[in-house]
Amino acid sequence: MAEVATLKTPAETALADLFARSKSLLPGDARSREDAFHRFAEKGLPHRRVEEWKYTDLRALMREIAPLAEKPSEAGVARALSVESVFAAAEPATIAFVDGHLATADAMPAGVTAVPLAVALAQGHPLLSKLGAVSDAEGNAAYALNAAFMTDGVVLHVTGAVDRRVALRFVTAGAQPVATATRVLVVVEPGAAISLLETHESPHGVAHQPNSVVEFVVGDRAKVAHVRLNANGDKALALSTLTAHLGGEVAFGSRNVVAGSAVSRHQVWMTFAGADSRGAVRGATMLSGDQHADTTLVVNHKATGCESRELFKHAIDGRGTGVFQGRINVARGAQKTDGQMMSAAVLLSEEGTMNNKPELEIFADDVQCAHGATCGELDDDLLFYLMARGLPRPEAEALLIESFLGEAVEEGLDDEVVGEALMGVVEAWLAARG
Amino acid sequence: MLEIKNLVAEIEGKRILDGLSLTVHDGETAAIMGPNGSGKSTLSYIIAGKEDYEILDGEILLDGENILEMEASERAAAGVFLAFQYPLEIPGVATMTFLKAALNAQRRAREETELTTPEFMKAVQDAAAKLEIPRDMLKRALNVGFSGGEKKRMEILQMALLQPRMCILDETDSGLDIDALRIVSEGVNALKSDKRSFLVITHYQRLLNYIVPDTVHVMANGKIMRSGGKELAEELEANGYADYKAQEAA
Ligand SMILES: Nc1ncnc2c1ncn2[C@@H]1O[C@H](COP(=O)(O)OP(=O)(O)OP(=O)(O)O)[C@@H](O)[C@H]1O
Ligand SMILES: [Mg+2]
Repeated sequence: MAEVATLKTPAETALADLFARSKSLLPGDARSREDAFHRFAEKGLPHRRVEEWKYTDLRALMREIAPLAEKPSEAGVARALSVESVFAAAEPATIAFVDGHLATADAMPAGVTAVPLAVALAQGHPLLSKLGAVSDAEGNAAYALNAAFMTDGVVLHVTGAVDRRVALRFVTAGAQPVATATRVLVVVEPGAAISLLETHESPHGVAHQPNSVVEFVVGDRAKVAHVRLNANGDKALALSTLTAHLGGEVAFGSRNVVAGSAVSRHQVWMTFAGADSRGAVRGATMLSGDQHADTTLVVNHKATGCESRELFKHAIDGRGTGVFQGRINVARGAQKTDGQMMSAAVLLSEEGTMNNKPELEIFADDVQCAHGATCGELDDDLLFYLMARGLPRPEAEALLIESFLGEAVEEGLDDEVVGEALMGVVEAWLAARG
Repeated sequence: MLEIKNLVAEIEGKRILDGLSLTVHDGETAAIMGPNGSGKSTLSYIIAGKEDYEILDGEILLDGENILEMEASERAAAGVFLAFQYPLEIPGVATMTFLKAALNAQRRAREETELTTPEFMKAVQDAAAKLEIPRDMLKRALNVGFSGGEKKRMEILQMALLQPRMCILDETDSGLDIDALRIVSEGVNALKSDKRSFLVITHYQRLLNYIVPDTVHVMANGKIMRSGGKELAEELEANGYADYKAQEAA
């Protein structure tokens, strides 16, 4: 077997063993899993000499391979879901997953149907042909591992304008580290609309290894508002991938708020395949202690007249490390593309680090593209102004950090309840910072 | 009472204040005039607690207590207020949020109860009405996109709301149109009381026609070169600062 020959590190060998043991137990076609694992195995765990993983050396960070999580008991599900979701006030129709397995599901509102991924895989659901619509992700290690191990998740088929928010809640529970691989496919038909909330939660002190993939295939004139929250525990190693394949005249927005995990890597591939669409990807990351968070983003403009806006903010305390790698590709012929990408970081301690790598690659001549990256401390003059009005230093700092992150957290969201819930996460982080 | 005694301060090795002494009594309105770059704003920043400066000598006493060791926020709670020459823009912080946070932080520091939202709203709206500040300005991010004059009015609004006892106005008149100058001055005069003192930094006699000073001090070369009554401002308006610059050179 090819993989055995190329996989060398103990972690890679453990992954190969895990795959060999698990593949026959996982739902659906074993063949495509083998192909996916093979794609992973060709290169193994990426390390810092692999350009896209330069700042997040997965080989060094993933020395232990946790076993695949088993389906939890009913009691385990009840325990895991006993904590109220951050988005409870938004009263979404919720599908909850515990340890990577479907646990509970509310009835879906009109305009959307949900099929559990395990069922879809077992039945060979026709919509699954839409998986991998953004082919660029295919060779990516995290994506390939997810494809090899995906256990459960959901296929959401959005056929109309859904007037109630839908939430996907992923909770990894238990005191022993486990790995999960969940996959969500959201197929949005032309003219349909959905607001999708996604949370990832796990307890502190346990090195869980969730690997999540969410794929959007968005039809013409459809609208998608997607909000994702990483609220994993302080020892988790969380890999996540978001792909979005956009038709014409689409309005797509996705934002990711990172408030947890020892190590996280969120990858985004957004492809404009139809003309005159708008896509906005934002992210806000809060780091302290030894946390490491990577956001790697590729925006492909393949159609004319599309507008993309990417805004990422990092607040880095302690010895935290932030990574932003963003690339806008404008294909030949993608005229009138308007792309703007911005990354800003504020360092709240001497030992924090931010790595910014924004790139543009443009093969069309009539485009407007810009990118920028900044990294600095809180502005002393602004702090003084606030303190001179009576705000003690911690409060003045908190106000500035909140407003700094707010731009990526709640601005442009068009959903006050969700915005407030997310700002609540920011406030909790600031309060814990002291 | 504010007493500044022999204050010597530097920034980046450059001496800005060079043995400055000044007393402002309770209820007194003192004006400081002086050429550009003479250190007036520096003095106001140092009183308010900006940390960029190296204080080499001297003390600043507020009612006998040395405030130099206090953080800016503690000085604010003790009643020091600086209306900035160049008020800062704070994107993402709503003016109302900021005003409430500031007021309540000061009240907490003084162990007073915090204002309820309706009490706070009323206080802000009353103060805004007096200064003819439109309500929609209060909804915007603090000072962001405000005109020069609007920013200055917002400074005085904050002063009116926070009710400090030592008010320092650094060129509040610059950027104000003729009507705004009158409105702002009336706002300041309405705050005058025998417990509250004002230190008014300005280049122009005109402001002092509205906010009439008890004393006028001429600052040059990092110290107070001369003190007098309000007629001193008129004299400066007529003669300029040539005398004071010459005095130093001699
Ligand atoms: N950060 C700094 N580094 C070096 N020099 C500085 C710094 N800040 C202020 N200065 C200098 O200190 C001196 C006093 O400045 P200050 O702003 O206090 O003057 P001012 O009297 O308020 O002037 P104006 O009337 O123009 O407002 C100036 O020469 C200025 O250039
Ligand atoms: Mg000045």
